[in-house]
Amino acid sequence: MSEFFAMGGYAFFVWSSYVISAVVLLWVALAPLRSRRTLLKQLRSQQMQQQARDQSS
Amino acid sequence: MTPKRRQRLILVLLLLAGLALAVFFTLNALKHNINLFFTPSQIVAGEAPEGVSFRIGGMVQDGSVQRSDSDLSLQFGVTDTAQAVTVKYTGILPDLFREGQGVVALGQLQDGLFVASEVLAKHDENYMPPEVSEALKQANKGKYSDTANEAKQ
Amino acid sequence: MPNATTSGGFWRWFHGFGSPPRFDAFARHSVPWLAGVTIVLFAIGLIGGLVYAPTDYQQGESFRIIYVHVPAAWMGMLVYVVMALAGAITLVWRMKLADAVARASAPIGAAFTFLALVTGSLWGKPMWGTYWIWDARLTSELILLFLYLGYMALTNAISDRQSAARAGAILALVGLVNIPIIHYSVEWWNTLHQGATVSKFDAPSIDTRMLIPLLVMALAYQFYYFTVLLMRVRNELLSSQRRTQWVQQLLVNEKIA
Repeated sequence: MSEFFAMGGYAFFVWSSYVISAVVLLWVALAPLRSRRTLLKQLRSQQMQQQARDQSS
Repeated sequence: MTPKRRQRLILVLLLLAGLALAVFFTLNALKHNINLFFTPSQIVAGEAPEGVSFRIGGMVQDGSVQRSDSDLSLQFGVTDTAQAVTVKYTGILPDLFREGQGVVALGQLQDGLFVASEVLAKHDENYMPPEVSEALKQANKGKYSDTANEAKQ
Repeated sequence: MPNATTSGGFWRWFHGFGSPPRFDAFARHSVPWLAGVTIVLFAIGLIGGLVYAPTDYQQGESFRIIYVHVPAAWMGMLVYVVMALAGAITLVWRMKLADAVARASAPIGAAFTFLALVTGSLWGKPMWGTYWIWDARLTSELILLFLYLGYMALTNAISDRQSAARAGAILALVGLVNIPIIHYSVEWWNTLHQGATVSKFDAPSIDTRMLIPLLVMALAYQFYYFTVLLMRVRNELLSSQRRTQWVQQLLVNEKIA
């Protein structure tokens, strides 16, 4: 097992490649979920304001 | 497709074609600047600059590596199979530096000797496990003197 | 040629698929499936690449970087081609979905290209002896990253959506010439980077046990792209179509997170 993690002496280069790839890909995949929540919140408050304006006029 | 859209499509295609042509001529004019290194044949023919640093690229000649006993300096031949240039270098070599493998060195020509300040290894596009390479070596025995595995042993 | 909007199976499909509410419904249903396939492919590819693939005869274990480097590099180019095609459709057909696809693709493509550069650098250090060299392959790949970043900066700087879409589309198309340059750089000029392994017309010069995990990883990266693309396109459409009936309806229907 430790042999597997040692990667024949190239552990630093191999594992940092994999870790950086995983971090970047996860971050890019999760970002749209977060921005969707923000966007929905923003659009809903706009919708509410619009409805309030429609009712008062 | 409406005529208007077709017109716009033709415009887009013309833009691409024009651009490709312009880039082609630019790259063609810059050919020598984009190449990373000079081959031994070019150097022997006197095409490489004198008095300034440039890169040489080729194969490390089989059996040409001579290491110093006292320090990290060594001397080896770089060949493109037609011509060869001797390279002198002192320093740490990359893991892939082997006889029969590609190499790119940065340095200057001094009296026909290439004095390198940096030596990089260039690997080929082949990937295989050691036992396959061994089998290929057996099959080609006598054809090439393969030194690929020597450094590993 | 008959009028496109009224006849012709392909054109009817083309315009129907391009309708934002229909595409949104399609994307909403596809994303969970695509995400599942992506995860399974990644699991198979990673185990194949890290465990089952044999050690390379020259590069030892360091060659395993290939399984994150090569798919990222391929996808960096593929996503750019998608972006440029979407740009062409934006210019010719003024289709809103095409602009959403282009805008949604840019950050994903930039991420792939960034990863190709970083993992390549981490591979170059132990094998070549340097993290970076200004050879034609590495330089043209760096230009690709700048094209993505330039596209993102340009489309974000112009507040009018239609002008932003057109300016971005032209930039994407202009940058398209870089794609064949990246691919052929290792043949047209001499470089430190080696030639192509897999896309040669003859058989790839890589052992089958090493090749299969590479192809699985490439497929995983593709499905990852489709998944994230659809998620991002949904957001783009929501934002650009905020005044339309279907978005207003969606705001009411979608459960509040």
